Amino acid sequence: MALLKYESQVRPPLVEGNKDYHQVTEDICRPVEAKPSMLWWIGFLISLALLGFGVISVGREVWFGTGQWNLNRTIGWGWDITNFVWWVGIGHAGTLISAILLLFRQGWRTGVNRAAEAMTIFAVMCAGQFPIFHMGRVWNAFFTLPYPNTRGPLWVNFNSPLLWDVFAISTYFTVSLLFWYSGLLPDLATLRDRAREKWRKHFYGVAAFGWTGSTKHWQRHESLSLVLAGLSTPLVLSVHTIVSFDFATSVIPGWHTTIFPPYFVAGAIFSGFAMVQTLLLVTRKVLSLEEYITIEHIEVMNKVIVLTGSIVGIAYLTELFMAWYSNVKYEWFAFEQNRVNLASPYGWSYWIMMGCNVLSPQIFWFRKMRRNLLVTFFMSILVNIGMWFERFVIIVTSLYRDYLPSSWSPYYTPTIWEVGFYMGTFGLFFTCYFLFSKFFPVIAIAEIKHILKKSGENYKEKMDVVENESVEAFAHHHVHH
Amino acid sequence: MPIKKFVVGNFYDEQVLFPAIKNVRKTGYKIHDVYTPFPIHGLDTALGLRDTSLHTAGFIYGITGTTTAFSFITWTLTTDWPLNIGGKPFFSLPAWIPIMFELTVLFAAVGMVLTFCYLCQLAPFVKKDHFNPRSTDDTFTMAIELNERSNEQEIVSFLQSVGAQDVSVQLKETGWWLGRYDKEQTLYNQPIEVAG
Repeated sequence: MALLKYESQVRPPLVEGNKDYHQVTEDICRPVEAKPSMLWWIGFLISLALLGFGVISVGREVWFGTGQWNLNRTIGWGWDITNFVWWVGIGHAGTLISAILLLFRQGWRTGVNRAAEAMTIFAVMCAGQFPIFHMGRVWNAFFTLPYPNTRGPLWVNFNSPLLWDVFAISTYFTVSLLFWYSGLLPDLATLRDRAREKWRKHFYGVAAFGWTGSTKHWQRHESLSLVLAGLSTPLVLSVHTIVSFDFATSVIPGWHTTIFPPYFVAGAIFSGFAMVQTLLLVTRKVLSLEEYITIEHIEVMNKVIVLTGSIVGIAYLTELFMAWYSNVKYEWFAFEQNRVNLASPYGWSYWIMMGCNVLSPQIFWFRKMRRNLLVTFFMSILVNIGMWFERFVIIVTSLYRDYLPSSWSPYYTPTIWEVGFYMGTFGLFFTCYFLFSKFFPVIAIAEIKHILKKSGENYKEKMDVVENESVEAFAHHHVHH
Repeated sequence: MPIKKFVVGNFYDEQVLFPAIKNVRKTGYKIHDVYTPFPIHGLDTALGLRDTSLHTAGFIYGITGTTTAFSFITWTLTTDWPLNIGGKPFFSLPAWIPIMFELTVLFAAVGMVLTFCYLCQLAPFVKKDHFNPRSTDDTFTMAIELNERSNEQEIVSFLQSVGAQDVSVQLKETGWWLGRYDKEQTLYNQPIEVAG
């Protein structure tokens, strides 16, 4: 019986170095079992401080009301919803890596999926804060849920995209969490069975749910992962589609466009991959996991970035063209005067968006640049800035001047508490990520072992002999019967 | 669940494990289970396990979600409290598709995970007896169940002959109980008569 699928030498190994199963366990568990480094503590405390700043900012908003923010008569969404869309978008890459690439049988996802899924969950947690606190009276947030009440019962409006959002985001969070945690169970069991300290044994004993590694359990686990991946794939597309409906189903010039769903989804994956790069470049270095998150992984993700960045670029140009071609003067005004015109109040933000999202990723057409860690890190930050500005452009430049000049609003700048809320979500995000990287294996141990004998460097080397065999001998030895 | 007696053998290579399973089954010994640190494709068929129906359950949960969303929205917006929104029809199906879809996914995912946990007896604070702590690291551990008629020594030497290492005879609880992994615990306080 041919047990192992043969993988060509043309494909570079996904796990470098001379690894066996036990070595994989050792390498990935080491950072979890070691004492946190000074660097970890510094990063963690900075994140915690940012989170504290966020709590104060949000506290003021809850206590004094949304007047703490500089929102005005026409710009009702401002930074708040910009940040919401930005964080939700970032989450999408995690699901893409863990679900869509699982369905496409992409082996390289195994090195990055765990951290990317964690990123998804934390990003969606951050995103959720914004619409909730944007309600102003946050203690009434449960009004968005359809529950029997004494007001009729007056139900929520199921026809409204804003309510679709409630369902989409909460479903997305729940499903991502389940997917992530069910994948974690075997690895937590690994940590449990290795644990020497009592607290650790107890902690991972509880967390691993009593996982044994039984064949029947693995069979069900595989089925579960596959179906959850199949469910998450349309789910992730639906989530950003629905987010884009928040805009696209309105009649505001610059929003009222059918290109939004695909354009938002591409943008989401684009920004999400940039954030994955930012996180993983640091993670692999700090936790010395360069043999698992290799330069190949980085390069593949850079390819996704140049692809999705170009899709986003085409979307920008298409909506610009359609605004002109439609002959609707309000639509064209929104683009020509509010956005493209560099002399207009917010013209600068449009060009930051264009520069960061469309022009700069083109550098990744060059292999040398895709494999350069510094360039990749710099680009990942640039893309995230660009994608934040995309949402800012869509929201603010459409809202500040529309149909009636007499209701055009003054120049909008955020207050310190608006900025503080945003900073606070960075604090939340990184606090969670630091805790995750300390207490959980940042790479899916079981999944790496699964591909080790096919894509590990030392196993691939043995295939050299195989490559030089005749076709008949090769078929005889390696074709599945 | 009673405590049972097992012969436990360890393997370190899939290439040895598969022929061994074949041999053990051919000889007629009953494999209780094989514990592996990662999913090995083909192991379930090699052990003669039937395919899981978990995905069918997922499908049923999914359509339950769809019909829940559809019937609930229909009831609220057409019967219980119809809202006149710009003179549009009360029954506006296209606008409900997003929520119907989301509930489909939500029900399917939550239902499947709960069913998975139920079938595999997984939950926080659940404790089970383990044959080899390294079977979550790098070892494939095979446990063969003994009964009154089986010859312990014969099975031990047979397992060794098919490539198993560190073969041992172990008394293990096959069920689960609520307990802690940092403490030595058993389900029963009293020693129990063991078959075999």
